[in-house]
Amino acid sequence: MIGRAAHRALIAALFLFLLAPVVLVIPMSFSADAFLVWPPSGFSLRWYTAMWRETKLMEAARNSILLACLVCAATLVLAMPAALVLARGRFRGREALVALLTAPLLLPTIVLALALLILFVGYGLIGSWPGLLLAHLLVALPYGIRVLMTAVSTLPPAVEEAASSLGAAPWRVFRRITLPLMLPGVAATAAIVFLVSFDEVVISLFVVGPELTTLPVAMFRYVESRTDPLVAAVSALLVLLTLSIVIVLERAVGLGRALGK
Amino acid sequence: MRLPGLLLGPALLVNLAIFIAPMANLAALSFHEARPSGGVGPGPTLATWASIAEDEYYVELVTGSIGVALGVTVLTLLAGYPLALFIHRAAPRWRNLLMVACISPLLVSAVVRTYGWMVILGDTGLVAAMLRFLGMAKPPRMVFNLTGVVIALVEILMPTMILCLLAGFGRLNASLEEAAASLGAPRWRVFTRVVLPLSLPGVLLGCLLAFVLTVSSFITPKLLGGGRVILLATEIYDQAIVTLNWPVAAALSVLSLAVFGLALLLYGRLLRVVEA
Repeated sequence: MIGRAAHRALIAALFLFLLAPVVLVIPMSFSADAFLVWPPSGFSLRWYTAMWRETKLMEAARNSILLACLVCAATLVLAMPAALVLARGRFRGREALVALLTAPLLLPTIVLALALLILFVGYGLIGSWPGLLLAHLLVALPYGIRVLMTAVSTLPPAVEEAASSLGAAPWRVFRRITLPLMLPGVAATAAIVFLVSFDEVVISLFVVGPELTTLPVAMFRYVESRTDPLVAAVSALLVLLTLSIVIVLERAVGLGRALGK
Repeated sequence: MRLPGLLLGPALLVNLAIFIAPMANLAALSFHEARPSGGVGPGPTLATWASIAEDEYYVELVTGSIGVALGVTVLTLLAGYPLALFIHRAAPRWRNLLMVACISPLLVSAVVRTYGWMVILGDTGLVAAMLRFLGMAKPPRMVFNLTGVVIALVEILMPTMILCLLAGFGRLNASLEEAAASLGAPRWRVFTRVVLPLSLPGVLLGCLLAFVLTVSSFITPKLLGGGRVILLATEIYDQAIVTLNWPVAAALSVLSLAVFGLALLLYGRLLRVVEA
């Protein structure tokens, strides 16, 4: 019996450990203190009001939202046809192509970031919108292809075959049959790619410029120089955003399956 | 070009432009030398590689980073295994909720999670307050040193580890455990003889990912280490952004890729052993 209670306590402690940093930023964001002090001497909304006056962070947040939307759209346009071919096609070299297209996920982001920095400097892409979009595509595209491939491979091919045997052109089969059937998968891909781009920090850190930066980079720089509860307020909002996307994902396809594991 | 080629073309083109070309360029750059005046000299030369091989600082950097990564991997496995097993055995209606709770931190930015650890481990943070409450006059420092970095990395890598372990537990059959138990095996014996061996492929994959992700971790050592914890990734950043010595940064990148390659080789070997 004692063994059982100890086991329960261990599991509870491990859960607390895992969730503590994400959960604790929320009470900290209501701190009334000027520094990171636990327990806060009082609670207030001062950091939530101070946050909006931090123009650099707010501008970076706008950039990040716009960038994540652009990355989402570009990824879907590029990954959808590729995923259809790779999930359905039976040709030589298919697996090598999948490995090539998803390889950036396996490599250290810091190495990818450095490689992009060196190339981008030569083309004047540092701190530019096209540069940031391309840099984010490097990590977003592999995710997009992987999640969409899973979505395609769970579709019953018989429906599409029926449509084409009744004389529908390939584009029409895709638009009327395939796309509607895989809409949950597309939604999952869009949500994951949005988060990947919105949270991406290492690669962004190398390719942003003084005029154009993203929210995670601005937060990184802020935390590097100052430790006050302001970032806790921003973090609390980001945790809420993530939570709502997680709920949407879980409802649409199931989180475990969406992450392709 | 037939239809499949046309459909794959755009994605492959983008891959070539932002993955293959920059990586090849990076590898080539390690065979150049940084000029004292700044900029990169004409190559090819082995000077950069020679200077790294001779400098004890870099040798220690690589072995130190590998050591930290191994330590973090073992701790992540120890922390993740009981949780994953608990989730695997939970009743179906709880399992989904527990899994979402375990995996969702994966989707929260590394900056936010590292900041959360600063709130907990900082000099005026939660743990220090608790230790003071328990009567410790001067709690040990847990930020701006390796302790804090390791604690945070273990937590940050736990969701990945748990995902891999859960995939591995898929082969685990409750009836096998029951059979062993009904034949009189004590609980620890059922664990070491049935549960653990069957879960080894998942353990190996989780360890590979945890190791690889620690070697390439940057945000956590940079923020929680406060410049005092120097690992391969933070050194690559400093050389590239602060010192502006791109050839050295490129060579260190190639080195960390080599560490990755070795880890993958070892993983393949071990996987064949445990599956045999």
